[in-house]
This record gives sequence, C-alpha cells and structure tokens, in this order.
Amino acid sequence: MTATILSIRAAGPLVTIQDGGRRGLMRFGVPHSGPMDRLAFAAANRALGNTPDAPVIEVSLAGLSLSCEEGEVGIAIAGGGFIVDHAGHKGGSWQVLTLRAGQVLRIRPGFRGSWCYLALAGALEAQEWLGSASTHTMSGLGGGALVPGQMLTVRDARRVAAQDLPCPLIARPRPVVHVTKGPQDRYFSAAAWQEFIQGDWRLTPSGDRMGVRLSGPLLVPQGPLDMPSEPVVRGSVQVAGDGVATVLLADHQTTGGYPRIATVLDCDLDGLAQLRPRDRLRFIPVTGPEAVAMARSRAGVIARFLEGIDRLASPD
Amino acid sequence: MLAPPLLRPVAEHGLLVEFGALMTPEVHERVLQLDAALTRQPFPGFAEAVPGSATLLVRFDPLVADHHSVGAHVLALLGAPFTAPQPRLHEMPVCYDAELSPDLRDVAAATGLSPDEVIAQHLAASFEVSMYGFAPGYAYLTGVPQAIRVPRKPAAIRDVPRGSVLIAGQQCIVSTLTMPTGWSIIGRSPRRVLTGDADHPFLFEVGDRVRFTRITRAEFDWMEGA
Repeated sequence: MTATILSIRAAGPLVTIQDGGRRGLMRFGVPHSGPMDRLAFAAANRALGNTPDAPVIEVSLAGLSLSCEEGEVGIAIAGGGFIVDHAGHKGGSWQVLTLRAGQVLRIRPGFRGSWCYLALAGALEAQEWLGSASTHTMSGLGGGALVPGQMLTVRDARRVAAQDLPCPLIARPRPVVHVTKGPQDRYFSAAAWQEFIQGDWRLTPSGDRMGVRLSGPLLVPQGPLDMPSEPVVRGSVQVAGDGVATVLLADHQTTGGYPRIATVLDCDLDGLAQLRPRDRLRFIPVTGPEAVAMARSRAGVIARFLEGIDRLASPD
Repeated sequence: MLAPPLLRPVAEHGLLVEFGALMTPEVHERVLQLDAALTRQPFPGFAEAVPGSATLLVRFDPLVADHHSVGAHVLALLGAPFTAPQPRLHEMPVCYDAELSPDLRDVAAATGLSPDEVIAQHLAASFEVSMYGFAPGYAYLTGVPQAIRVPRKPAAIRDVPRGSVLIAGQQCIVSTLTMPTGWSIIGRSPRRVLTGDADHPFLFEVGDRVRFTRITRAEFDWMEGA
C-alpha cells in the first residue's frame, strides 16, 4: 500500500482523465461528460474491484505511452480492439496486468474501436471540477488532457493477477443505431426524413468528444431557421443550415439553435462512439415506448456482463 | 385557458415539453413555472430539467419512468395552481473602460448613440436569466434594450477573456471562459458566474433578475486582484 508514480511519455490529442461524469448540471450549461464508452469504462473499473465511477485514463485513437517510475500498480484495459504493449509483450485491450517500476506500457489503435480505458487498482489523483474528475474538453476543466512529461500519482496502489477480460458483443462498435424522431423534425420534409432513415451514412474525421459530423444525404431544413435556442442531449442529431448532420456526444453544448431531426438512443451511443472515421452508420426509427423497452432490455444484458466481470475480480 | 404543451419523446430518457415554437415572454414564463414546479414535486426517476427558450427538457431514468408516466406528471403539475418562487436580484459590477470594451464604439456607431448613451441604456435595463447554454456558466440574460440591439458580428474574435460582457440581439452574457465570440464586447465584470464555491457553484438560477452597476477601472483592478 504505497504511492505509485506513472510518467506520461507520449499522449495524443483527446487522451484525458474521465470518471463517471457530472450529472444534473445541464441547466447550468454543463454536460455530463464522462467516458465516451461507458460500458468499457465500467468493465475496466469493475475488473479491479474499484468503485464503478473511479477516474481512469481515456485513450483516443492518438494512443498513449507511459512508464512506471516508482512502485507498481494493477491496471485493467478495456474498450475497442486496441494493441497493448506491456514491457515488450503484445496483447489486446480487455486484459488485466500489473505494471512495475521501470516498465513501459503502450496503447495504440488496433483493428477496431476509437476509445480504450485504462483503470488503475488504487486511487488516481486527479483535479476535480464540480465534483467530478471528468475532463470537459472545451474548457479543459476537470482532470484534464494528458501531456508528455506529466506525472500521475496512484495512491494505495495494489498489484493484481494478470488475466484476460471477455469482450462481449454489446461492447463492439455499433453501425446500426436506433433513434426517436425529432424533436424538431417539423423543420424537415417527409422526403428528408426518408433520406435520413434510408441513407447510407458515414462518420467523418471531423469528430471529437463534443460530437461527430456525418457524411451522407444533405438534409436541408425547410422554411426559415427561426428556431430559438433549445436543450440538446448526448445523441441529438443536429442539422446545421447547410444540411450537414452531426451526432452530439459526451461533451456536447447543452442548448443550440439548429433543429434536431432525431435523437440516438443513449443505450446505442457507447457503440456509436466506438465507430471510426469513414465507418458506415444507419439509423432505425423507434417509438418512445420501444426506446424505453430497448433501454431496459440492454440494461439487463449489461448488468449480467458486469456481474461476470465482478466474479473475475474476486473469484471467491 | 392556455393550450396544453406538446410532449415530444427524446430518445429513451427525455421528454421535451414544448410550450410554443418561438420564444415570447409568456411562453418562457410557462417554461420557468414548470421547471420550478418539477423542482418542488419531482417524480420517481426524475433526473434533471433543462430550461430552453420555449421548451423544458425533462430527463428521466428509463428503468424507473417512461415518456407516458412523465407526461402525465407534467400535465398534472400544469393543471395545479402554482406560485413560482420570487426571483433573486443580482447586481453585476461592470467596467466599461475602453481597454475592456473593444466593441463599445462600434455598437454606438451602429445604433446612432454615443458610447455613454450605450452604457446608460445597458445600466438602465433589467435582465432575466432565461437559460444557460453554449458553455458552462454561460447564462443568457434577456433584456438588452431595443435602442442598443446589434446583430452578431460576421466572424468570431478569438481568445476573448472571461468576464467579458457581451451583447447580441436581446441577449447579454457575462462570459466564464476565455473563448471565441461573435458577440459585441462592451465591458468586463470582475464577478464570476462560475463562483468556485463547491456549495454554490453557479451565481444565477434560471429565472433570476440581473442589473449591471458601473465600476471604475481602479475598482475593477482591485476586485480582479482580490
């Protein structure tokens, strides 16, 4: 039980500290933030027996390299299909291992996925803002983006036995997602709605934690764009005046004056976030009751998966 | 008798309560009344309410509630007599020193007033905190007098310091972060909307009233340093 020191050797853009996020503050302009893939985040923390919302490192497609300077610490890596190089041994994301003084850990993109989580067996020291260490990328508030040369301290670090974690189907990138219509669908013609749900969409490289722009049919709003500023959510499909659609994600602005043609179900968003630029995406419309039924069913599947991870973390 | 609002499902976790398509004082008043009523009488599974211009977004836990049960709760609240709490009044100090108000002369030129007349109009106005948006702590203060309303600038200016007092159309904002803006910068306030106080992190509640009071450059510098 001692402090372990990690040194960041390389960290690309959008490699940040995230925890469970800050809730209930959208009325003050503050989105929830937190992990882009909440399922992989939860799996990484629970694989170590951590509290479910403990701060972790969220690794983007830009990759991360760090070394252990002092002490040792168990880590769990989950999310996507990244390539993990631990002291010269190559493996994938979805594993638990112990990092020891002098060892280097590298995480870089593999064959799929955009986000990967590195949880630590111990307490990662991170700056909090409004009760959460999650980085709000627009302001940089919270734990912040990692930069080369930065030192991280893990208090009460524990070592853990190495093992693989299961990556279930529900944690895969999700190229087909469900949406409810609107709430500002009145700005779009029936033909535009058909184009939206039949369209062959792709993610563009223009994406970050705030949202991802899509390429596909132009959905030019009809009539004057006289919409006042109204609340938006993670999952809002917002269409700018030029007809280009954007899906809003974890660090979204909380209100906006562009119409939302549809809203992606929250239970599909972790999988959408794991898609990569140029990946295909399709939208399937559902009603409100269907959306709730899907969310409840998905929550059951996720709970069973995470209970399985808990059993791996404490086998007795 | 007021028309009932439209209830629009937003994914599996939200209901957008739409009182009108456009923002009017009457419509926005209904948004704030429902917001206050929900705060006083939430339903099981209530997550948060987010006021907009003409709508209130009600977010809920889909494992506990659904759009139908939330809609029924909202309609019941709207049917019951309700007195909204008295809004608080805030006085925001603002310094109009030339260095801190780079767009004051342009606003004066655009409105046919002198810079001192623009300042007098801004100081005479009473603002309502309509909603937050854009960025953390960006409170939209509605109530810029007709005489000094100007549109957004065609292009945003980068790295505008926090605390800048910005106007566009009928809205005024005291910025909280160093950010780009296309709004006109007419002064700067040393008072932080993001207070840094963990128990009371935001200066305004939606629905509060705000007036600006003029301070000198020396007072501004002293308050900034304090």
